[in-house]
Amino acid sequence: MTTPAEPALYTHGASVRIRVGSPVHHFRTPAYIQGHTGTVDALCGVFPNPETLAHGGDGLPRQPLYRIRLQQTDLWPDYAGNPADTLFVDVYQHWLEPA
Amino acid sequence: MTATHVVDHIHDEPMSEVALRSVAIEALLAEKGLLTAGEVQRQVNLMDGRTPADGARVVARAWVDEGFKARLLADSRSALAEMGIEIPSETPHLTVVENTDDVHNMVVCTLCSCYPRMLLGRPPDWYKSLAYRARAVRDPRGVMAEFGAAPPADAEVRVLDSTADLRYLVLPRRPAGTEGMTEEELAGLVSRDSMIGVTDTLTP
Amino acid sequence: MPAAHDRGGWPDDTPIDRSEHEYSDWERRVDAVHQVLGQQGIRTTDEMRRAIESLPPERYEALSYYEKWTAALELLLIEKGILTAEEIDAKTAELREQGL
Repeated sequence: MTTPAEPALYTHGASVRIRVGSPVHHFRTPAYIQGHTGTVDALCGVFPNPETLAHGGDGLPRQPLYRIRLQQTDLWPDYAGNPADTLFVDVYQHWLEPA
Repeated sequence: MTATHVVDHIHDEPMSEVALRSVAIEALLAEKGLLTAGEVQRQVNLMDGRTPADGARVVARAWVDEGFKARLLADSRSALAEMGIEIPSETPHLTVVENTDDVHNMVVCTLCSCYPRMLLGRPPDWYKSLAYRARAVRDPRGVMAEFGAAPPADAEVRVLDSTADLRYLVLPRRPAGTEGMTEEELAGLVSRDSMIGVTDTLTP
Repeated sequence: MPAAHDRGGWPDDTPIDRSEHEYSDWERRVDAVHQVLGQQGIRTTDEMRRAIESLPPERYEALSYYEKWTAALELLLIEKGILTAEEIDAKTAELREQGL
């Protein structure tokens, strides 16, 4: 049985910006990545939305979840490691916008 | 089923107030018929039975069988089923990421404590610590140095913040000089920390 | 200022404390109670995370890992009308009298 799901808007390599926000409900977009721009590494799947599941809701429509690639030197201006170092983090589609 | 039955399973002392409340909650749930002490004990035993040795077996298989490795990286659930490791359907999806000479992966969960419990068991305390969660994303090489690891300066260190819905397991590099070893011997080389990615120094 | 649970990148020079402890019986059991309640559809992992995140910051930082789980479990069970705080207080006192 399939449940309603948002269609996936992004594909591998797409440049995306992570939205900024701090809603009162549960959410899974860490503050340190908000406002930063990265590229889509992969679509991980389409999952029930934890933001409503966490409050007793049904999590529908399901949300595409992407693995986003960010550059460490962009996240942390004083980053001391290899400039090629990266951070991958999984972000739901409704937290992304085209960059 | 009364509190006494739950108490039979507890051998800790002394217990903090919060710890005692956890026992009280279980006892009340049992009194209301929402669970039994036996069900809880079975779940305890299941988790006690999951240890990093499970993950090590999977890593060793991937080292000796390129086809298995490709399937593991593409779809861990069906690859693990080949080894007789059944992941319950309600368990979060596990993604296995491969270390190479050029890329070193390291896993953290900054928002809570997401961890590949299905292959490594319960996480170590440090993985859940505020310090690890704060520092792993900002200074991964500094954290690794504390674990005695030093990925090459020109390699890409790739931190995976597994904070949403997936779990990650690192497939470490097979150490040099292990060509003649059996799969079982290889599994013995694989440390838990190498599968979290805070170290990649495995020695035969 | 991010919420207390949103730790990624916080300025923190503390060395990682790599000492490990053997989990106590109560810690193993509260972990298991969560799993059993999940299998029965009484609570979701998502609700658990939300409940843990709702702890006051000083409590979030002071409680041990499974103490946080216990506090969250209590919060959810009361919210769902399955247990009351008074019942839990009374049972806790009863256990204390039994010498736990």
